[in-house]
Amino acid sequence: MRFRIHRYNPEIDEKPYMQEVELDIEPGKMVRDALLRIKAEDESLAFRHSCGEGVCGSDAININGTNGLGCLVRLSSLKEPIEIRPVPGMPIIRDLVVDMEQFYSHYRAVKPYLTVHDPEPEVEYHQTPAQRDKLDGLYECILCGCCSTACPSFWWNPDKFRGPAALLQAYRFLADSRDQATAQRLEELDGPFRMFRCHTIMNCVQVCPKGLNPTKAINEIKKLMLKEMI
Amino acid sequence: MNIPKRKFDTLVIGAGGGGLRAALQLAQADASVAVVSKVFPTRSHTVAAQGGMNAALANVLPDNWHWHMYDTVKGSDYLGDQDAIEYMCRAASRTVIELEHAGVPFSRLDNGKIYQRPFGGQSQDFGGAQAARTCAAADRTGHAILHSLYQQNIRAKTHFFDEFFAIDLVKDDEGFVLGAVVLEIETGEPLLIEAKTTLLATGGAGQLFRTNTNAHINTGDGLAMALRAGVPLQDMEFFQFHPTGIAGKGMLISEAARGEGGYLVNKDGERFMERYAPHAKDLASRDVVSRSIAIEVKEGRGCGPNGDYIHLKLDHLGSEVLDKRLPAISESIRTFLGVDPARDLVPIYPTAHYTMGGIPTNKFGQVVVPVDTGEEEIPGLYAAGECACVSVHGANRLGGNSLLDIVVFGRAAGNDIIEFLQENHYHRPMSEQSVDQALARLARWDQKGKGEPVDKIRRELQVTMEEFCGVFRTEDILAKGLDKVIEIEQRMTEVRLQDHSKIFNTARIEAMELENLIDIGVATVASALARKESRGAHSRVDYPKRDDSHWLKHSLYYKEGRRLDYKPVRLKPLTVESFPPKERVY
Repeated sequence: MRFRIHRYNPEIDEKPYMQEVELDIEPGKMVRDALLRIKAEDESLAFRHSCGEGVCGSDAININGTNGLGCLVRLSSLKEPIEIRPVPGMPIIRDLVVDMEQFYSHYRAVKPYLTVHDPEPEVEYHQTPAQRDKLDGLYECILCGCCSTACPSFWWNPDKFRGPAALLQAYRFLADSRDQATAQRLEELDGPFRMFRCHTIMNCVQVCPKGLNPTKAINEIKKLMLKEMI
Repeated sequence: MNIPKRKFDTLVIGAGGGGLRAALQLAQADASVAVVSKVFPTRSHTVAAQGGMNAALANVLPDNWHWHMYDTVKGSDYLGDQDAIEYMCRAASRTVIELEHAGVPFSRLDNGKIYQRPFGGQSQDFGGAQAARTCAAADRTGHAILHSLYQQNIRAKTHFFDEFFAIDLVKDDEGFVLGAVVLEIETGEPLLIEAKTTLLATGGAGQLFRTNTNAHINTGDGLAMALRAGVPLQDMEFFQFHPTGIAGKGMLISEAARGEGGYLVNKDGERFMERYAPHAKDLASRDVVSRSIAIEVKEGRGCGPNGDYIHLKLDHLGSEVLDKRLPAISESIRTFLGVDPARDLVPIYPTAHYTMGGIPTNKFGQVVVPVDTGEEEIPGLYAAGECACVSVHGANRLGGNSLLDIVVFGRAAGNDIIEFLQENHYHRPMSEQSVDQALARLARWDQKGKGEPVDKIRRELQVTMEEFCGVFRTEDILAKGLDKVIEIEQRMTEVRLQDHSKIFNTARIEAMELENLIDIGVATVASALARKESRGAHSRVDYPKRDDSHWLKHSLYYKEGRRLDYKPVRLKPLTVESFPPKERVY
């Protein structure tokens, strides 16, 4: 199979280039398998990866123009030459490795932790199955960054717009029947940029490797804001 | 040793569940905490734990911590230390409640309490009916716990060094551990982190084996750092093979699949576990189920064109159970096998999964080494989680006890470190010689020239371990295996990197990870060769019986001289009567 891989080592290369690679590999394998085979021949290829089964979220890359996890995209589903690039819009450190700091700082900024003001009981907080069901489709996020780095609003305002991943997590806590910080959370997301830069382009929904729907979560936050206002 | 320095009260190496639970305890006690992790914390392998965490909450069936303790002692094939096991089982319920309060989205029962499911090796009333002790967030429990712990650490303002690789511990002539030399992966520059205590929470070494359920990062870095610092590794011959890895690929299919009612069938469609474990059947201990699968295949009752795997049957569970209780493994099965668990049988085979052995610690997380007739702590050094050997798992870990282990002993280590910090106000003088030694380990990879590539040696190591130190072992096979891993160790000196750049040089990291794996591989095979009995996961065809009169003891492997030593199992619990060894049937 034919590949074109984004290469850039700032210590050697003046500018990034696309490296052509031919590989004898079964099409049933995943993109990550191909990258590992290429790295076995050329150890200088740098990319992040770890669990190989789509739960650690390390290997977000751009494959033939679409963000995805290398370990979950089957080679046979792709048109050749298979173009592999870093996820767009982030500073490139080397080859397929990008600097994710801005992405993480938006995540931290939504205070992604359960906040309860009441005294703690000696047993678990009770939550009905129906209340718990509201967290499905939210808590499974693996922070891979496929969504936010596919979002034009995030490309344009990476410093001010929280981006789909962070907003999904903001809603994960708003939707949690145990959480008692609703007002503060909503206040923090108000204003023209942090959330309202979302123009429902829905790239995030298309690329999420876990099948999550940040756009829907953002709409739910807007509904809560409306409710709070009334 | 002219390198940049940072100073903290306490250093945690590893940001999985153990490291993050300890860090949280410390940060909440206002200690300054540095957490060093070679990956962003939520990429740590705790994230991949699926089925759940054991605690006798009795939310579904009657239960208490003492029954849990009995099951754990029996599951360990009596090699577990009963004081540590009592401590863990007693702490379990409180620890789960703490996690729930920290935000873990556990699945729920109709009455609003935490959902619990049956898991292997669990019983009510000391060996009676099946228990339901495993607290679960669908089949993503590890993910739920790791993310919640990371989130609480954000709140507690823990200081993270993300994507820093730990090269070696630093210690002085009196044996105090003073911190570690680490490498910032992005810049390729070393950094000295000085700390009054250092906690190793670096996880297991599943990458020793070709087919494994582990992540690429599970290279046992902390185990090897301990070995190089002169600390022995305990019980390394006990490596768990999980019964249900995806055949040929290794991805984990949680024991929850059987806990929710799935079962194993051979090529004749026979539910063969009824023959091996008439009472517990598919929910016998993992060592028992893995051996049974291997025997079925060996005796010609395997499935598929080559008869080299077994089928896991889930199609009778119905889409409700699959979607609600087992969504992630259902997705994994669809993605990696292209089959639908609601309709098709799932090909599985035992797969390298969990390092029972590790750095010897007591129940406070302190690293201990034998001195004369007793044990002594190494001042300033702690270990918790899969890299540690407390030992609560003994010769075989029960499913659902690993998430419990990391959280209970991460927390315990945190508490003991707080005490240590109260008694030790000042950093000790730095040992320049020790720092230089760590830097030499890094500089070795600057050697230029031709040599064998890292990737080739790693593959040979993994194949060797699988072939010569797998589910079934004999003197002859292990002796050959030991020769081979030692040969690999010697060849490692001739390995050279071709890429000498600094920025995000993953080749250099993988070279040091391979050094770590090789040290652990030698420890594992040498310990296995020496133990002439079958116990738990260590199955010697030439010594098929457990031999308590000679081998009811822990192995200790030292790197220097490849020396083996032994220490007694602590059979005396903290408050209750001991569970004396007896025949183990399921």
